[in-house]
Amino acid sequence: MYTTSDLRKGLKIEIDGDPYVITDFQFVKPGKGQALYRCKLKNIITGSTMDRTYRSADKLGKPDLMQREMVYSYPEGDHFVFMDDSTYEQVTVDKDVIGDMKYFLVEDMPVKVLFFNDLAIDIEMPNFVEKEIIETEPGARGDTATNVTKPAKVDNGYEISVPLFIKEGDWVRIDTRTGEYADRISKK
Amino acid sequence: MSLSARKQTLALRARILKTMRAFFDARDYTEVETPVRVATPALEDHIDAEPSGDHWLRTSPELHMKRMVCAGFERIYQIGPCFRRGEAGARHRPEYTMLEWYRTGADCRDLERETHALLRAVCEAVGRSEFMGVDLSAEPVRHTVRDAFWLWAGWDPVEAFDEDRFDLDLTEKVEPMLAQCPVPVILTDFPAERAALARMSADTPPVAQRWELYLAGMELANAYTELTEAAEQRRRFEICGQGRALRGQEVYPIDEPFLTALEKGMPPCAGIALGVDRLMMVLAETDDIRNVRAF
Repeated sequence: MYTTSDLRKGLKIEIDGDPYVITDFQFVKPGKGQALYRCKLKNIITGSTMDRTYRSADKLGKPDLMQREMVYSYPEGDHFVFMDDSTYEQVTVDKDVIGDMKYFLVEDMPVKVLFFNDLAIDIEMPNFVEKEIIETEPGARGDTATNVTKPAKVDNGYEISVPLFIKEGDWVRIDTRTGEYADRISKK
Repeated sequence: MSLSARKQTLALRARILKTMRAFFDARDYTEVETPVRVATPALEDHIDAEPSGDHWLRTSPELHMKRMVCAGFERIYQIGPCFRRGEAGARHRPEYTMLEWYRTGADCRDLERETHALLRAVCEAVGRSEFMGVDLSAEPVRHTVRDAFWLWAGWDPVEAFDEDRFDLDLTEKVEPMLAQCPVPVILTDFPAERAALARMSADTPPVAQRWELYLAGMELANAYTELTEAAEQRRRFEICGQGRALRGQEVYPIDEPFLTALEKGMPPCAGIALGVDRLMMVLAETDDIRNVRAF
C-alpha cells in the first residue's frame, strides 16, 4: 500500500482492481481543516480520467505492474505479437491497447510492454519512427515554407500533414507521442 | 520566471509590506516581534510544528501576541515568518509570512470592516483594484457556513458536524463557488467543532465567532472574536490534544504561560491572521506561491 506521502505525479495506483496513473496532484488544506490531496487520475487500461481527493490517513493500493523490454514481431488477428529477445517468450497484446500506435510498429522495433497482473496493458515505443511517403500531391515549385502543410500517406495507409516540399518517395520521421510529422530524413 | 518578472513581483511585495505597516501605524497599532522559537506550539487539530532543538518553530504568533494583549497592549500587529511541517503545495510553503493583528474592545465584525479598509489601502498603493477577476476594493459579501453548505453541499454542518465530509465539501463544493464571486467573500459562523480559539455565539445551536476571507476562491485570512475564558480554553486544548493523540499526531504540551495570562484576564478582543504570500499571489495573479517569495 502507498500512503499519501508517496503521492506524486506519475505514481501508479490501484483503485477497485484497475491501475491508474496520477496525472496531476495538488496539496490542499481548508482553514483549520485536515490536509487533503486532490488528484487527477487516468485509468491506464481505458484511458478514462477521474478526480479523487485523499485524506492524509488514507491508504492507496499498489498495482502489480511490471515493465519488460521486448521487440515487436507481427500482427495476428486482433492482436499484436511481441517477443522477449533473451527468452524468446512471446506475448500477445490486444489491438485496443496498441490503438493508433499500430501505424508506427515496425518489425524488430524495441518497445517496453507494461503488464498489470500479467496482462499487457500498455506499450511504450521509441519517440520517433521513420516512414516512407507513398502518396501526396506535388507542392508548388520553390515552396519551402514549413508552416503550410498538405496531407500525405505513409506506406501503411497512415495519414499525416507534411510541409509542401515533401515528395512521394521521401522518408520522414514521425513523433509517435503526437502522431505528427517531425522532419525529413535522407535515406538510402 | 524571468529575472525581470521576479524583480517586479518582489518590488510589489516590498511595497505591499510598506503599505501594511503604514496602514496599521496610522491606526495606532504598534508593530511587535514575538518569539519565533517557542517552548510549545499552539495546539491545533491539523497543524504540525517543526522542531528546533528543544523548542519548536512557531506555527503562528497567536499565543504570544495574546499574552501581550492580556498584559495591556491594546492594538498590536506583526509581520513575520511562521512554519508548518509538511505543508507544501501551490498555496502552501513550510515557511511563509503572516500578518497578524489584535485589537481590544473589538469583535470580528469590526475586523471585517478593518480588513476591507486594508484591502482598499492595498489597491490604492498598487493603483489598481481588480485582480484575478475580483474587485479587492469592493465591500465583501458575507456567507455563513451554514448557508454556504446548504446551498452548495446540501447539508448543515452546524447541526451535525462530520469532519471528513466538511473538509471535502468545503474544498470541492463550496470553495469553487466562492471562486466565482467577483468581490471578496467573508465565510463566517463556523461550527463549534471548528471554533479553534474563537468565542461562541449565544445562538442555538451556537456558532463560532470566526470568519475567513476568500479572494478568488482562495482562503487568505482567519479572524476571531477571541475566546477570553481560561477554563474553556484549557478544555479546548485538552480535547484537541486527545484528538491529536488518537490520530497519531504529536501532542504538544499545553502553553501554561498563555493560560496563566488568560486567567489573570483578557479584555474583549478580536484578532486576525492574514497570509501575506496568498495576498501577493492574488496581486501578482499567480497560482504558485513560490512565484511571490524570494526563496
